[in-house]
Amino acid sequence: MTLGERWTKGTSMRVRVDADACHGHQSCAIAAPEVFGADDYGNAVVLIEGDIPTELEAKVRRAEGNCPERAITIEG
Amino acid sequence: MTTTEPGFDPISDYDIFAASYILDPFPVMDTIRESDCPVAHTERWGGSWMPTRYADVVAVAQEHETFTSQQILVTAPPAAQAEGPYAAVAAPPISSDPPEHHWHRRLILPFFAPQAVAKFEDGTRELCNRLIDGFIDRGEADAAADYAQQIPVRVIATMLGVPTDLSDTFTGWVRGVLEAGLTDPKIRLESRNNILGFFKREIDDRRANPREDDLITTLLASEVDGERVPEEYVIGVCNLMLVAGVDTTWSSIGASLWHLAQHPEHRRQLRDDPELWPSAIEELLRAYAPVTMARIVAHDTEFQGCPMQAGDRVLMSFPAANRDPRQFERPDEVILDREHNRHVAFGAGIHRCAGSNLARLELRVALQTFLARIPEFELVDPSSVTWAGGQVRGPRQCQVRF
Repeated sequence: MTLGERWTKGTSMRVRVDADACHGHQSCAIAAPEVFGADDYGNAVVLIEGDIPTELEAKVRRAEGNCPERAITIEG
Repeated sequence: MTTTEPGFDPISDYDIFAASYILDPFPVMDTIRESDCPVAHTERWGGSWMPTRYADVVAVAQEHETFTSQQILVTAPPAAQAEGPYAAVAAPPISSDPPEHHWHRRLILPFFAPQAVAKFEDGTRELCNRLIDGFIDRGEADAAADYAQQIPVRVIATMLGVPTDLSDTFTGWVRGVLEAGLTDPKIRLESRNNILGFFKREIDDRRANPREDDLITTLLASEVDGERVPEEYVIGVCNLMLVAGVDTTWSSIGASLWHLAQHPEHRRQLRDDPELWPSAIEELLRAYAPVTMARIVAHDTEFQGCPMQAGDRVLMSFPAANRDPRQFERPDEVILDREHNRHVAFGAGIHRCAGSNLARLELRVALQTFLARIPEFELVDPSSVTWAGGQVRGPRQCQVRF
């Protein structure tokens, strides 16, 4: 994606959690509660389908950087 | 090389029960971590290995097939534990290995999910306020004994549906297992038997008088593959919730208050910017991680150049991992808004602390309530603060004035 496309389309950040690697620390939900939550067992779920709103991108990066299991992947 | 006591070489002869180590383990951890042998070994207390780098501690936690949970305390259980009516009772799921570990853990996780523990917030705040009411007019209090120590035991008793007025008794039993009992097999066995005997009686009571919305009643009725779970499992889970839920959280609350008593700038930051709380809690957990767990090596192996034999004990020092400069910038500083904090105060891998959401809630509510009622406080005498260490590190006497 060129800089111009980013400007017009946004950054299209997406995020996913590797369910096998996640052990329910909930560090992601603490860093970005708008984006990450918990299932009935306390394991992480991504609450936003599709692109992450631009204003939440920094929080998502922080969530990724706080996961002790490195279970979060940011795409885009 | 720094040696903290005569005859105490950190790399080949560390002593996790040395008075100097209990008071301040970090110089020893740093010495080991920065040496050319960052996995130390000792013959003391039955012998153990101690990795100190973040990556190594996490690897031990995650490689559960090599580093098993046959024993999880930092010293071996008393031989007599293998006899008597409770010989088959452990502390599932923390003491379980796969494949049983999976269902042992899955049955209890829903009780500890964030949405499930939220219901304890109001009660915890009331409890904290009541404790403060008891000492606020004195202008002085023991932040460890009068406050921190009183909170988790009552929250866990409430969760387990057992009488909170037995709190002092429960605390005595837990300290018997995790503190005095680590070096005194008689105390450890007595404390364990007291805990297991108590829960056996509670379980008998729930069978006779099932209760609505009750953890023990629910566990007794739960089934795995169409069969009721065995009674030893239910006793063991209750054992774990009590033993793991009391000393640990209380140590964390106490250490955080000890820190805040000495850092007016951090108290001010938290007052001025309440949005700091979530990252501040994680940072205090990182810097003052209370827990060191143990693993037993399943088969002869080499780990970071160390020849480990089947049956060897490996200590997972989460406090050491959390101070590794390879993972954390300025690791010895408490930075309340630390941006990236992959701390392992709750461990890592399949045995990650099941109670972490409850522990965080208690820590946050305890600190917020204390700071709201007592915005300014300081240590009466820093040298009079006493600490417990070995398995669970935290202040046991911490007099503050306000």
